[in-house]
Amino acid sequence: MDAYSLSDLWSILVMQGFSGLSLFSVLLLMALGLAIIFGQMGVINMAHGEFMTIGAYTIYSFSKLTETYFPTLMPYYFIVAILGAFLIAFVVGYLVEYTLIRHLYKRPLDTLLATWGLSLIMQQLFRSAFGAREVSATLPDWLMGSWKPTPDIDIPLNGIFVMVMSILVTGAVVLFLFRSNWGLKVRATTQNRVMAGAVGINTKKIDRVTFAIGCGIAGVAGACFTTIASTGPTSGSLYIVDTFLVVVFGGSASLFGTVASAFSIAQAQSVLTFFLTNAMGKVVTLMTIITILMMRPEGLFRSKVRR
Amino acid sequence: MNALLNRALGERNGAIGLAVLAVIILLIMPLALDIFRLNLVGKYLTYAFAAVGLVMVWGYGGILSLGQGVFFGFGGYCMAMFLKLEASDLTSTAHQTTPGIPDFMDWNQVTQLPMIWQPFHSFAFTVFAIIAVPLLISYVISAAMFKRRVGGVYFSIITQAIAAILTILVVGQQGLTGGINGITDLKTLNGWNINTDSAKYLLYFINGALLLGVIMVCNLVLSSKLGRLLLALRDKEDRVRFSGYDVANFKIFTFCMGAVISAIGGAMFTLQVGFMSPSIIGIVPSIEMVIFAAIGGRMSLVGAVYGTLIVNYGKTAFSESFPSLWLLFMGAMFIGVVMVFPNGLAGLYQSHLNDRVTRLLNRIKKVKSSDQLKVVKAES
Amino acid sequence: MSRQTHQPSAVHPARQEALQHPRKGIVAALAGALILGLTGTAFGASGIAVTDKEVTVGQLHSSTGTMAISETGAIEAEQLAISQINAMGGVLGRKIKVIQEDGASDWPTFAEKMKKLLESDHVAAIFGCWTSASRKAVLPVLERDNGLLYYPTFYEGLEQSKNVVYTGQEATQQVFAGLDWVAKTKHAKTFYLIGSDYIWPRTTMKLARKYIETVLHGTVVGEEYAALGSTEFGSTINKIRLKKPDVIYAAVVGGSNVSWFKQLKAAGITGKSQTLLTLSVTEDEAKGIGGENLLGFYSAMKYFQSLNTPRNKEFVSQFKAKWGPTAPIGDVTQAAYEGPWLWKAAVEKAGSFETDKVVKAEESGTITFDAPEGMVYLEPNHHLKTRLRIGEWRADGQADIVYTSDYIDPNPFPKGY
Repeated sequence: MDAYSLSDLWSILVMQGFSGLSLFSVLLLMALGLAIIFGQMGVINMAHGEFMTIGAYTIYSFSKLTETYFPTLMPYYFIVAILGAFLIAFVVGYLVEYTLIRHLYKRPLDTLLATWGLSLIMQQLFRSAFGAREVSATLPDWLMGSWKPTPDIDIPLNGIFVMVMSILVTGAVVLFLFRSNWGLKVRATTQNRVMAGAVGINTKKIDRVTFAIGCGIAGVAGACFTTIASTGPTSGSLYIVDTFLVVVFGGSASLFGTVASAFSIAQAQSVLTFFLTNAMGKVVTLMTIITILMMRPEGLFRSKVRR
Repeated sequence: MNALLNRALGERNGAIGLAVLAVIILLIMPLALDIFRLNLVGKYLTYAFAAVGLVMVWGYGGILSLGQGVFFGFGGYCMAMFLKLEASDLTSTAHQTTPGIPDFMDWNQVTQLPMIWQPFHSFAFTVFAIIAVPLLISYVISAAMFKRRVGGVYFSIITQAIAAILTILVVGQQGLTGGINGITDLKTLNGWNINTDSAKYLLYFINGALLLGVIMVCNLVLSSKLGRLLLALRDKEDRVRFSGYDVANFKIFTFCMGAVISAIGGAMFTLQVGFMSPSIIGIVPSIEMVIFAAIGGRMSLVGAVYGTLIVNYGKTAFSESFPSLWLLFMGAMFIGVVMVFPNGLAGLYQSHLNDRVTRLLNRIKKVKSSDQLKVVKAES
Repeated sequence: MSRQTHQPSAVHPARQEALQHPRKGIVAALAGALILGLTGTAFGASGIAVTDKEVTVGQLHSSTGTMAISETGAIEAEQLAISQINAMGGVLGRKIKVIQEDGASDWPTFAEKMKKLLESDHVAAIFGCWTSASRKAVLPVLERDNGLLYYPTFYEGLEQSKNVVYTGQEATQQVFAGLDWVAKTKHAKTFYLIGSDYIWPRTTMKLARKYIETVLHGTVVGEEYAALGSTEFGSTINKIRLKKPDVIYAAVVGGSNVSWFKQLKAAGITGKSQTLLTLSVTEDEAKGIGGENLLGFYSAMKYFQSLNTPRNKEFVSQFKAKWGPTAPIGDVTQAAYEGPWLWKAAVEKAGSFETDKVVKAEESGTITFDAPEGMVYLEPNHHLKTRLRIGEWRADGQADIVYTSDYIDPNPFPKGY
């Protein structure tokens, strides 16, 4: 490399560190919903990407509605829309659990096929409802552009936003699972369904709400990603591979594993991309994941419950 | 010998099913369809290899592999590499910067045939590689997983992750693999033009015969002690383990067998379609292969073939008549088969037709069949 | 051999046999009926593509799958052109009937449907394909069955099939004039090249690098490819900051394109501070990216919707009347619109629908069309002689045309590159 001034290198280091963290929060946010559903219920939701797309289209619809009817509220609609994304994805998830998933708990492999079918149907519905082309929500100004702590350093505002959201959501999930009465029941159901039922926990209801919450989180993730990525009928498929990798690499049934896995994949990819090229960085990261998976097929943190 | 053949045909009921399938594939289809449709059926039948492999791995082994497309792809790419080298002779690539290498390499500024391509000049090596490469990879994957007792859903998503990663690698290494375009414009096999109608007819029959042969081999395996162990394994793995068997080895065997069967299908795909592309090795095709097996009935080898044909015909018919709605039909089919007919077509046949057919057959050959039944009982 | 001249002999093989062996024929017919009933599709192969009143053409794009995002515009434009041609009385007195097939963003499906269109439907021409991969997949089928394809996308070149008319620009047409313009007006010396990792950006960047280094005497300070579908550009953008190029020269496609521009804006790299020239943003993509993220960046295309000519205004209003007021019209959409018209001109010059005669007319060098982008000339090498335009993006997702080149001859196999 040519000679760069020290201050140049310093600012790149800061920004590079930030982009690693920002990728970490993106991956974490993607994977959380899936990790909850998979970790707590052992269900693979192949339509996870489409639930993210629900979130993205919710943002788009809110943006269009606000622009048309309440243009003065444009700076604030995003917050409401994220809540809306959670609620809509939650409700859809709840209905899906009720009509589909609950009949298949004894056959986890079949759930996988059924949710795959569901994802095909959802993609087509998006296409019929919003058109085959990509759309773009008008984002409020405070989400766009960058924050300049020094003249040389630009920290992306949307990166900060995604990071804050992923901290909030992770925190909420931890609180929910480990500090709330609901969480206690969820964990009890995971560990021993029959006993949980015997002590009076309505396990069916627990399942339904857990699944719906996982879907709701996917909706939030999709909503946040409108700030950094595209919105189209098949956008979900862009995320789904990364999402699965994070969950598999982290090991099932371990929230901490998901966090650790998102962190290590993000850092590896971000650093490698900087020193190699974008495509090569991804390739080397993936090769490493495959190698580690061959040596530790259970992922970084194995589940404590042996089947 | 006779007993062996009997087992390969799948005893009496199996033999009838196999005979019906053989008549449909080798007689009715070629007579009824023009070469375009027949070639299309030939393409579908290559997917049927993967589905038959899945019946072994999933239906009998209890392991759902979502990476069947990967092995299909290995077979297909090995064959495509051989054909591509043959198509890239010095005269037809004379306008390139480096003549004599495949065109896509030239476009990607590769100036020398990569090492890994060199042995694919030999057809014998290619045939060997079509079997050996997927065997090796599937062994490494399954040994790593099953020795550590990883199974169930978790195994499925790891195979899926591997499928995803390999697709990204194939797409990314375009100087080596042709990238997203795949390896296209294949012409001859040892000087024999594979694009003529007569070649297509011949390839169709070779493909059909291979498929029937594979089903017979699977029947043999299933009717052996190994087959019964597999069933026991699927239903109560721990008991088999406690009886002193090394469970992992049986699972590894099944998985590798499924992989090799898929790879044969992949090689036939390349020959009949004339190119190989990463779009048939990733997550989506791998899952579609599972649905072929599921529609046919996950426990039925013959059913897998029907399942493949019906889903693909459905896909073609739906997308010709309602281009923008076929995803809805496909999705509904996935959900329907899981919720309503978990045993697929074979299950429907068992519950509605089997008794009638058996009764019919018994009436026809009353004396003979009772003899045969005794033989069957004595054997088992 | 053309498909029309061998029509009489194109009898279903089973039917031919039926004439010779009546009983075998019955079996075959029964089996055929069985399969027909199963799928509801007609297998009879001897349909004639041209009657006295009608000529059948095929349309083969992805209306589902990941590519539907891009190909929708082309589907709409081709249908508009065909309906206009029909309103004018059709081609050689025959109305055009369209059979639309879905390639489903899957290359083997494209090959299968191309075969179906040519061998079962015997269509006279096909308007279709978008990605290079789909074109490569259908090409062997097309050449074997001697079909005609009108391909609308700007692409990498390195190809010239007698069975294809390329109505989009090949790489040299899109690259050189644009680089000239940016070097002259922006006094650019250093370039950073970035594209998605597949054949079109790689070929384009190869041409660009050579041109920058040998003709413009500039430097390429970085060349980089992003995995297809990649949504993460943070590290790449940091690298670009470190290199401080005068121009970012970009060819990122698909969903990645949206991420790339959104993250550029978020990193403080905007049209105000940085010159960026892209080869992969049309009005279609701009809709997905959001105009505010593109503001001040440049695209090199042969057509922009904002082109201020009476001919284009007429086209835009016709398009909106048919497909709705919000439908964007991008470069490829306009190129797709040219397909049916060029085919009509070639058929009328040939006086026949036969492929060989139409190809001869195409190669005569006399086929022209007064397109929305201006007059286009079909050259004997199957590509169009057109202009290149540079558009500067506005916040509303439209571009102001800031430069129009002279006519550029297509040169799919550039020497020395």
